[in-house]
Amino acid sequence: MSALAPHFSYWVTLFLMVAGLYILIARGNLVKKLIGLAVLQSSVYLLYIAPGKLLGGTAPIVAAGFSTYSNPLPHVLILTAIVVGVATLALGLAITVRIREAYGSIEEDEILERDRAEGR
Amino acid sequence: MLEHLPALQVVLPLVAAPLIVLARSTRFAWLATTVVSYACLVCAALLASRVADGGAISYALGNWPPPWGIEYRVDALSAFVLVAVSLTASFVAPYAQRSIAAEIEPDRQYLMYAMYCLCLAGLLGMAITGDAFNLFVFLEISSLASYVLIALGRRRQALFAAYQYMLLGTVGATFYVIGVGLLYLVTGTLNFADLAERLRMVQDLRPVLAALAFITVGMGLKFALFPLHQWLPNAYAFAPSMATAFLAATATKVSVYVLLRYYFTVFDPAALFERLPTREIFLLLSVAAMVVASLAAVYQRDVKRLFAWSSVAQVGYITLGIGLENQAGLTGSITHLLNHGVTKGAIFLLLGGVALRAGAGAVTMETLAGLGRRMPLTALGLVVAGLSLIGLPGTAGFVTKWYLIVGALERGAWWVVAAIAASSLIAVAYVWRVVEAAYLREAPAPAAARREAPAGMLAAGLAMAGLCVYFGFFTSINVEGAHAAAALLLRGAQ
Repeated sequence: MSALAPHFSYWVTLFLMVAGLYILIARGNLVKKLIGLAVLQSSVYLLYIAPGKLLGGTAPIVAAGFSTYSNPLPHVLILTAIVVGVATLALGLAITVRIREAYGSIEEDEILERDRAEGR
Repeated sequence: MLEHLPALQVVLPLVAAPLIVLARSTRFAWLATTVVSYACLVCAALLASRVADGGAISYALGNWPPPWGIEYRVDALSAFVLVAVSLTASFVAPYAQRSIAAEIEPDRQYLMYAMYCLCLAGLLGMAITGDAFNLFVFLEISSLASYVLIALGRRRQALFAAYQYMLLGTVGATFYVIGVGLLYLVTGTLNFADLAERLRMVQDLRPVLAALAFITVGMGLKFALFPLHQWLPNAYAFAPSMATAFLAATATKVSVYVLLRYYFTVFDPAALFERLPTREIFLLLSVAAMVVASLAAVYQRDVKRLFAWSSVAQVGYITLGIGLENQAGLTGSITHLLNHGVTKGAIFLLLGGVALRAGAGAVTMETLAGLGRRMPLTALGLVVAGLSLIGLPGTAGFVTKWYLIVGALERGAWWVVAAIAASSLIAVAYVWRVVEAAYLREAPAPAAARREAPAGMLAAGLAMAGLCVYFGFFTSINVEGAHAAAALLLRGAQ
């Protein structure tokens, strides 16, 4: 436990990363796959932000009485990454809706089955 | 004005996209797209000539000096990629008018143009930026736009193809950004030049190796490195004609550029190639792609899928030069970014014309029957581009294979030379299937009347097919540019 404690944020990041990838690969439901993708992306947010925080650090505004500052750059980067993640999720859901309209299903194997039945 | 060229290169298409959405007019959309595409070509050509004369250009975006601000950096390699991308764009944009009018519902057409402009902006941005995270943002701009372009295909399979590409593409981009995150944690910088300097001391640290692995796999997913290519055949087969032509000619190429940039100018190439089995991995995967994907292409019935599989094989040629890691091999790789771009661009542009006249959803071998009589010019263009895929002397494809073979011989890798020959022979087989259908099979009776594709589409396709021959004879653009870029990459290595 003592070996894990100082790096616990990394362990959480790793767990989310692997869990997200697993959902993405193992689930056949298109919405669940997107949830997996979102979890995977969240792990990246954590990977960037957690190390930017210093114990006792404040926002990087120079003022009397503060000498330790947290790194603001990861936050800015991840703000961008979150926007990208939201856009991806929105597009993914929009395509899923269109797939539901076209195939009447959002299960991967049923969709592939219908494509095969059409005999392209 | 001229010193702001690097910014204009990206800003022009980026601004055009929202303007097109606001104007909601198909006519304006096409006009803006065409003007912007040509303007980008002019920008890229000017930048390339200035880089050739006076060395790399550094542009501090918003006047924040690097490494604090975002730097746009144009050197021989990025100038070459900029020219390759905007050259393709300048053929695809005039072609788009008739093609989009035929394939997309009227109320969605202007949105397709907007997506195309965003995709172009993203690809150009990836090639020009000197900042690792900025590259991720451009990667996602171009990727998101390309998922939409593919999903706009007429058949419902396009939706599922776009979904699968979106899933794998996003995993790829996320892996890339994990790699960048690890590098940032180790070095505290995102600027490529700065990163390279700071990584020299810590190349063998485990997080750096992990970053290398994440970036390799992430970009490998994006450019369909064998065996990470599963998304590609369906995506190319079901996308609208214009989107297939544009993406096949540019998207995978720019991702390869990113890998080249990391391998040779950010990471320490000496450590990368001497202490890790990078060379063996890339040679094996490239050869596997060249042989296996070519074989898969032979058995396709859908012609767009056939050439999509051939694209996987051709990416193998491009990555082969990374495994060879010498001047000739890298020249072959980099020149193939352009050579394969014009070859595949020509094929998919011409197939778009065939699809338009055939009226059916898919272009199959049966659709091609009798094409030599019905659409003689289109068929001729397909044959010329097909010969370039095979690598017949006098075509762009031959130039690539020549340099790759010279590179392989310098390494003493005879089995690679044998693999290039084998892959070319398989290419003969799948190109022959197309030629056989077009010239030797009789057309079904009602469709026998002679009718070419609309003039604008035909001209764009034939012009690109003409470039395949031009680049085979006059190599001042494709080989000299690639040669300078390869020399630049290897200078970093010593």
